[in-house]
Amino acid sequence: MENIKHFLGNFFVTGEPMIYMADVAIVLVSLGIIFVLTYFKKWKWLWKEWLTTVDAKKIGIMYIIAALLMLFRGGVDALLMRTQLALPNLHFLDSQHYNEIFTTHGTIMILFMAMPFIIGLFNIAVPLQIGARDVAFPFLNAVSFWLFFAGAMLFNLSFVIGGSPDAGWTSYTPLAGKELDPGVGENYYLLGLQIAGIGTLATGVNFFTTIIKMRAPGMSLMKMPMFTWSVLVTSVIIMFAFPVLTVALAMLTIDRLFDAHFFTVAAGGQPMQWANLFWIWGHPEVYIVILPAFGVFSEVIATFSRKKLFGYHAMVFSMVAISVLGFITWVHHFFTMGAGPGVNSFFSLSTMLIAIPTGVKVFNWLFTLNKGKIQFTTAMLWALAFIPNFLIGGLTGVMLAVAPADYQYHNSYFLISHFHYVLIGGTVFAAFAGLTYWWPKMFGHILNERLGKWAFWVFMISFNVCFLPMYLVGLLGMTRRMYTYPAGLGWTSLNLIETIGAFGMGLGFIIMVYNIYWSARYGERDTTGDPWDGRTLEWATTSPAPEYNFAHIPTIQQVDDFYYMKKEGRQKEISKAPYKPIHMPNNSGVPIIMAVFFFIGGFGLVFEWIWMGILGGIGVLACMLYRSFETHDHHYIPVDEIERTEREAGRFS
Amino acid sequence: MSNEHTQAHASEHTGFPWKHVIGLVLSLILTFAALWCVTSFAFSPALIVTVIVILAVVQAFVQLFMFMHITEGSKVWQITAIGFGAFIAFCVVAGTLWIMLFAL
Repeated sequence: MENIKHFLGNFFVTGEPMIYMADVAIVLVSLGIIFVLTYFKKWKWLWKEWLTTVDAKKIGIMYIIAALLMLFRGGVDALLMRTQLALPNLHFLDSQHYNEIFTTHGTIMILFMAMPFIIGLFNIAVPLQIGARDVAFPFLNAVSFWLFFAGAMLFNLSFVIGGSPDAGWTSYTPLAGKELDPGVGENYYLLGLQIAGIGTLATGVNFFTTIIKMRAPGMSLMKMPMFTWSVLVTSVIIMFAFPVLTVALAMLTIDRLFDAHFFTVAAGGQPMQWANLFWIWGHPEVYIVILPAFGVFSEVIATFSRKKLFGYHAMVFSMVAISVLGFITWVHHFFTMGAGPGVNSFFSLSTMLIAIPTGVKVFNWLFTLNKGKIQFTTAMLWALAFIPNFLIGGLTGVMLAVAPADYQYHNSYFLISHFHYVLIGGTVFAAFAGLTYWWPKMFGHILNERLGKWAFWVFMISFNVCFLPMYLVGLLGMTRRMYTYPAGLGWTSLNLIETIGAFGMGLGFIIMVYNIYWSARYGERDTTGDPWDGRTLEWATTSPAPEYNFAHIPTIQQVDDFYYMKKEGRQKEISKAPYKPIHMPNNSGVPIIMAVFFFIGGFGLVFEWIWMGILGGIGVLACMLYRSFETHDHHYIPVDEIERTEREAGRFS
Repeated sequence: MSNEHTQAHASEHTGFPWKHVIGLVLSLILTFAALWCVTSFAFSPALIVTVIVILAVVQAFVQLFMFMHITEGSKVWQITAIGFGAFIAFCVVAGTLWIMLFAL
């Protein structure tokens, strides 16, 4: 009996009223979801239409729903931190709890919010933009999503079962090693990221193949939409960067679970090797989340300036340059490790060099706006706000790139502010811009512009209120990850302002969520499929697009061909009868079942229950084996069904 | 206007995928050989590293030929891809050695 009590006391996180409230909330929400699904008899619908789907458009929607949930979770973490730091000497959170919260905030926001958000946009826009019916490997795409989801859920479970990781999102050894950080928290980090990372790697392969192999006839690489270009370059970076993370995570897992010594000095390991490996992945990762953002802004700015994107070739070449240079700048994250003046000088220089192609892109956007007929839609507002906000983040980045000066800035709030300016001002603004821009294509109605603009202004101003003072408080000496601070250092008022800004961002998010609810009920329906008078192929089909995307795959003649199609009246050919049967992949339950086994195996390894890890592994292999012998993996959509769909959309001709 | 443009995996596969099975078995053997060499023998570190690097390079070739269609498709793509891969590998390995020596 004592044993069981002891086990349960360690298994569930105890002693913190906020955690108990979270426990209750989790149970109630889960029961609520089960009740609603059962009461409205929606289980079968959920399984057939969503959980087993291999349709990139639906997978994209699921990615974005998950990303919004994670944005909420990571945002709550942020608000808890800002509450703790609002005034000196607060003890709202204790130091351990604070460590856990900044760790989960960082990890969730990068890996489980930014990544799925942009990958969701890949899924929604890329196949449509290149005139394809789906991605190259639809089944693998579903596997990617469910692995991400299993990884995210495993990671999120940590705060109620076993305890959260607490060594920072960078999980530096020796702090994250077993000796200094016993318990299961860091194991959650390692396994959660590992499982999600495999999914991301597969996404990179999938979208690279899709873009290379499945473009509509006539669409040469240099005629692709800019967002598709950014996804192509990003996929390359994913394929080369993520294996390094996989290896680093595996090494630390082996250290912690099987007592190896890759990162422990005692038996000849090198703790700093973790920092090195982490950032070999981590720096390209920054470009993985920012290049698609650049792609979104390129689309939005061109569409709402009513102009062709300025400097198409320069845009492409600067992205390719960034993808190469992005692999040789990683040391700037740990100049203060003191690898030596030669190393620091080289990486300082390479970091400044990468600012050049980024600067080229900024000028291209400005010249696209120049003499354009600018429409200030919500998506465009996010794009316009991105330029100055990202510039602030970028320029302070160049300041941080100066290695000697970095010894002053390193790990201060100056750095915190810098990377929030590039990640929020870049990636998050792009996520919101892309969400607003492609929302009609996803759901067939337009998000309310008035509410959208309110959300934009509240969020954007609050963002600056929150993060601009951080540069100052950083220069005044406040370092990151301190859980409280004494009065009388001149930090108090700045911190209070930051906290007000943080809650303002929360308010902006609430307006956004309300807008989603309001627009779903009362929003303007998009019957044209082309609500923004767009320039790229995704606007050539209905909103939302049918399962097969296009009744006929269009032939492409130039960049922004849809714009010219509309001028020349060629766009009607896409839905013109007669049709031919369309070859499509079948739905499959294997991806989600496989992800469940990954989750079980991962959970077992977190608690070092090796038998459970092996059990999960066997399940995963069994799923793969089953899939290998599955022969009925595709079907043809018959002509009369295409006819019916096109007729219902009013496009049959 | 072409309707033949369908899924990339549309071609029907026939026959037993010997190539993939052999590739998988060889990869597993080479990986466990590396582990075995570290755990079961008291070689000098230099010898261990040499053996592991040789096994890794052999495995890279096994995967390129058995799984990654290195002999198929356009030469330009293959050379670009391998070239970029070699460049990244060089940056990662040479960069790591340089950084972790703490000498310069």
